[in-house]
Amino acid sequence: MGRHFAFSLFALPRSASFEALIFLDVPALSAVFARFLSNIKNWVRQMAEPALSIRGLTKVYGNGFHALKGIDLDVAEGDFFALLGPNGAGKSTTLGVVSSLVQKTGGSVSVFGIDIDRDFAKAKYHLGVVPQEFNFNQFEKVEDIVLTQAGYYGMPMREAKPRTEQLLRDLGLWDKRKGSARMLSGGMKRRLMIARALIHRPRLLILDEPTAGVDIELRRSMWEFMKRINREGTTIILTTHYLEEAESLCRNIAIINHGDIVQNTSVRDLLAQLNTETFLLDLAHPVETAPTLEGFSVERVDATQLALSVERGQRLNDAFAQFSAQGFEIVSMRNRANRLEEMFVSMVEHANAESGRSTDKVEVRS
Amino acid sequence: MNAWQTWIALWTLVTKEVRRYMRIWPQTLLPPSITMTMYFIIFGNLIGSRIGPMDDIPYIDYIVPGLIMMAVITNSYSNVASSFFSNKFQRSVEEMMVSPMPNWVILAGFVVGGASRGLAVGLIVTVVSMFFTDLSIHHPLVTIAVVIMTALLFSIGGFINALVANKFDDISIVPIFVLTPLTYLGGVFYSIHMLPDFWQGVSMINPILYMVNAFRYGILGVSDIPVGGALVAIAVFIVVFFMAGLWMLERGKGIRS
Repeated sequence: MGRHFAFSLFALPRSASFEALIFLDVPALSAVFARFLSNIKNWVRQMAEPALSIRGLTKVYGNGFHALKGIDLDVAEGDFFALLGPNGAGKSTTLGVVSSLVQKTGGSVSVFGIDIDRDFAKAKYHLGVVPQEFNFNQFEKVEDIVLTQAGYYGMPMREAKPRTEQLLRDLGLWDKRKGSARMLSGGMKRRLMIARALIHRPRLLILDEPTAGVDIELRRSMWEFMKRINREGTTIILTTHYLEEAESLCRNIAIINHGDIVQNTSVRDLLAQLNTETFLLDLAHPVETAPTLEGFSVERVDATQLALSVERGQRLNDAFAQFSAQGFEIVSMRNRANRLEEMFVSMVEHANAESGRSTDKVEVRS
Repeated sequence: MNAWQTWIALWTLVTKEVRRYMRIWPQTLLPPSITMTMYFIIFGNLIGSRIGPMDDIPYIDYIVPGLIMMAVITNSYSNVASSFFSNKFQRSVEEMMVSPMPNWVILAGFVVGGASRGLAVGLIVTVVSMFFTDLSIHHPLVTIAVVIMTALLFSIGGFINALVANKFDDISIVPIFVLTPLTYLGGVFYSIHMLPDFWQGVSMINPILYMVNAFRYGILGVSDIPVGGALVAIAVFIVVFFMAGLWMLERGKGIRS
């Protein structure tokens, strides 16, 4: 929020405001002052109205399944927010309610202060949705899919055409615009859904597993694109199974499990709760047994690999000094798992153990 | 949405529907033309010449309005039923649901798009009929009003069918088991005056009979039923069906979980 405020404040024509101050140019100064007041007003409004506010949201499906059990969630404007959870935890149901694809059973949802029960149409102007499954007509042309969506938002063609061109170029689909959507690769189809979701310049973009099934190179380019639009002011809510994605992109995070929010904090604070990190060390020469290190736990993974557990507060230098003293030559090292993944698994398993549920459904990929 | 934005959304949906059936014209526009040509050749020329006049009108002239109407009814219905159901099936209906487009615009967009196909096919059949008979229209306004209203009514019917359908079979049940029998028994090929009294009475509860006869009155100037009442009845059906479709859409019937 602060970042957003600072961005808009210093987006003023600074040289113009400086000159106005030096030469006491009253009309220019009053324009600068009015702009300043407007920015303050926007800032206060943004403070008061989160991009998304959910209170006591419940959803019971027709078969009696309680998908959401009264969740509360706030996402500030400008945030890059991750909603994580195992399969069937309630992530897509939550986002489905926000985007009107699922009818809620109880509770309230507001988008930029607009209650969806009162004026869903107005709230929808602020929302862009990229669902998990492909949901466009596979037989339509790529360009037509985006232009048609613009039409659904009442956007005139003279505005929709250049906007479509810009988005298709940004997402590397311009060359495919005249082709049928079914001819696109999986990654291209996902990017098409992103272009379609952004056509009406939404302030809140919801991405439900946007990089599922996308190769690493393309995933990284999509991350850059998402970072860019977030920098430009779009609030993003993301669900993902790739915890590396959540860790590198998102500032705040909520973990949902069996229809309840079990954690809602910043990624930094969440990672600070991680007590133990495990590193895999590759050895230059094979070993028969794991060495004994004072204060550290070391396991032999295979002949040329050891697993070193480091508690919070311990120094890696101490471990390496002992390895050197015992004649072990370490050529490389890496985390055994993504840090957020370790945290996520332990949290979900802990929550499941408390509620007496099975933990075999925790699925993570990094 | 303001009025201008609403108009853009409606126009977008209608043009999208028109684009769809034009793109697949060998499936949408060509088959009815061929089928109706067969009807004209077999029932009109070959058999019709032996049947003699019906209500003092040559048989081929008598069946032309009914065949045009049959094409309009089946094409209006099946266009919306298959288009909206495939939107559900491919989940592209979600594109509309996440947009601020009001539900009545969604319904009206599909209905107008479907009716336009019904009317386009009706026009093709009319042109084809001109190769077999001389067609003159007695009451142009009645003819146009009846054909447009019928196209709209059956488009709404197709929309409701698609909304409640869960599988492709569900959108073919009504056309096969309801629409086709009612159309054939709706006086397309015969005058109900030929039937015994009891079956004449039964025929009077068939809504398609009123549409076919009102349309026949528009073209030939003859009808088995009072035309004014038929027009009012079709208008009432349109309003009732539209409101029912809208109500189902508002409740998310068949599209929201």
